[in-house]
Amino acid sequence: MPKTKFEPSIISRPVYGELKPKNGKSHLLIADVEGAQAILDLAKKAPTGFFNQAHIIYIPRHTGETYLAKLQKLNAKQHYVGPSFGAAQQRIQRVLSDAHNGLQIYLAGSEGLIGQAMREAIGLGFPHQAIQTEHRGSKARRMQCVHCKGVTEDVSTDPFECSHCGLSLFVRDHYSRRLAAFQGVCVDAEDPGNVPDKMEIT
Amino acid sequence: MAGAAKISVKVIDVVEVNELVKRFKFERTDGGLMPTFSGGAHTVVEMNDQGTRRLNPYSLMSSPTDRSAYTISVRRDDEGRGGSLYLHNHVKPGMEMTISNPVNLFSLDLRARKHIFFAGGIGITPFLSQIKQLSAANNGHFELHYAVRTASLGSYADELLEHFPNNVDVYHDDKDQQIPLDKLLEGQPLGTHIYVCGPKGMINWILSGARKAGWPEQALHYEEFLAPEPGKAFDVELAVTGKTIHVKEQQSLLEAIEAAGVDAPYLCRGGACGMCETQVIRSEGDFIHNDHWLTDEEHASGEKIMPCVSRFDGKSLVLDR
Repeated sequence: MPKTKFEPSIISRPVYGELKPKNGKSHLLIADVEGAQAILDLAKKAPTGFFNQAHIIYIPRHTGETYLAKLQKLNAKQHYVGPSFGAAQQRIQRVLSDAHNGLQIYLAGSEGLIGQAMREAIGLGFPHQAIQTEHRGSKARRMQCVHCKGVTEDVSTDPFECSHCGLSLFVRDHYSRRLAAFQGVCVDAEDPGNVPDKMEIT
Repeated sequence: MAGAAKISVKVIDVVEVNELVKRFKFERTDGGLMPTFSGGAHTVVEMNDQGTRRLNPYSLMSSPTDRSAYTISVRRDDEGRGGSLYLHNHVKPGMEMTISNPVNLFSLDLRARKHIFFAGGIGITPFLSQIKQLSAANNGHFELHYAVRTASLGSYADELLEHFPNNVDVYHDDKDQQIPLDKLLEGQPLGTHIYVCGPKGMINWILSGARKAGWPEQALHYEEFLAPEPGKAFDVELAVTGKTIHVKEQQSLLEAIEAAGVDAPYLCRGGACGMCETQVIRSEGDFIHNDHWLTDEEHASGEKIMPCVSRFDGKSLVLDR
């Protein structure tokens, strides 16, 4: 699956690039789902020895075993495969808090994974602009309900129901790096019950 | 009026720090409080040097939490155009002067997990207020690496060592001590930011070392106020105001524009802030760009100039001013 294309939007909406090997002392690559392909594509451009100093953290989810053997073949110094971001989160926090400047960070896959991994790094003072990202796979979003503050993962329709308070929420492009989520706003506040038909997020 | 808002002040103290540096303390003439500022900010001091108006930026070194007065330290530059000499030779306690509201082009990134300061000589001044800010808020993990020519010229080195023995290292040129840059760049926690203030060679050395070690560009901060370099005199046509001005050898283009009564925008007057950026309408000749603001492409395009520090050598120059 190729790199995802998004329509231009408001400035708050994150934009994603294409992973490229950068000069650094060590490399942390975190990906989920089809983001594995972004790491495999980066590997074609990487200088010899790149993966001797690399740590790959991969969360396959619905892609199952599709990419596992290929990633394994890169022979990264450290390689972890886990079932969810939540399961990998403590490992990511530990890796980042022990890391030194000179580490390069590469994130690929879903917006939820990219945003949450980025949040861990910027919380330590690492500049968000210095983190490379590449979006692959589904355009489903991690949404925060601005009313109850609950976060609903993998939202693929607009509007959608908040998984916490049940309100019908309009999917905005307004994004928070601090929350690693887009904002969902009640769609029928003025005219309760008048909820537009659901559309797939594209 | 261009520039930041002005404050009328009285000089209340002038102290000789060492043979090259004097410290000046200013209070408001109306007895009020100074505007608040953040560590790394500077003020532009206005001087009337026997008819020549000089406006020079100096970093505020006092504590940002102290609004009773501002303090600056000025290194005498015997070769310079005269601003520092004027302050050293003519400014005495009791004198009334005008300074600008504080402007900060070198602020701390408080998201950083750790701050490393590199100072060369008088480049120590912005770090004095930054260190006071960090220690007042008790939220700053910092290291200072301070290179000085000799112990006697190391302004404030002794007090820094006394107050922060675990955070401060001083290196003496005359004893061949060098900042161990490669060692310092290794093993710094992710999220560390670097700040450099000193001579151009030092800034370039530290920034290029950090880039080579893979440090993020946004974690690298530096400040260098450039004094406008003298050069060949030249003429400029100002298209908006319809004036033709003559820029003298010792004068900057911005000063010549102001001397002609044109109120041109400015802030730092040292090639750093970008406020005085001016469009070139036509030119025939070579630009002598000295600023840190425009990109290399913009310098090459001949479409923009920073009149605070840059000059022109050629047949004709028409500016959108």
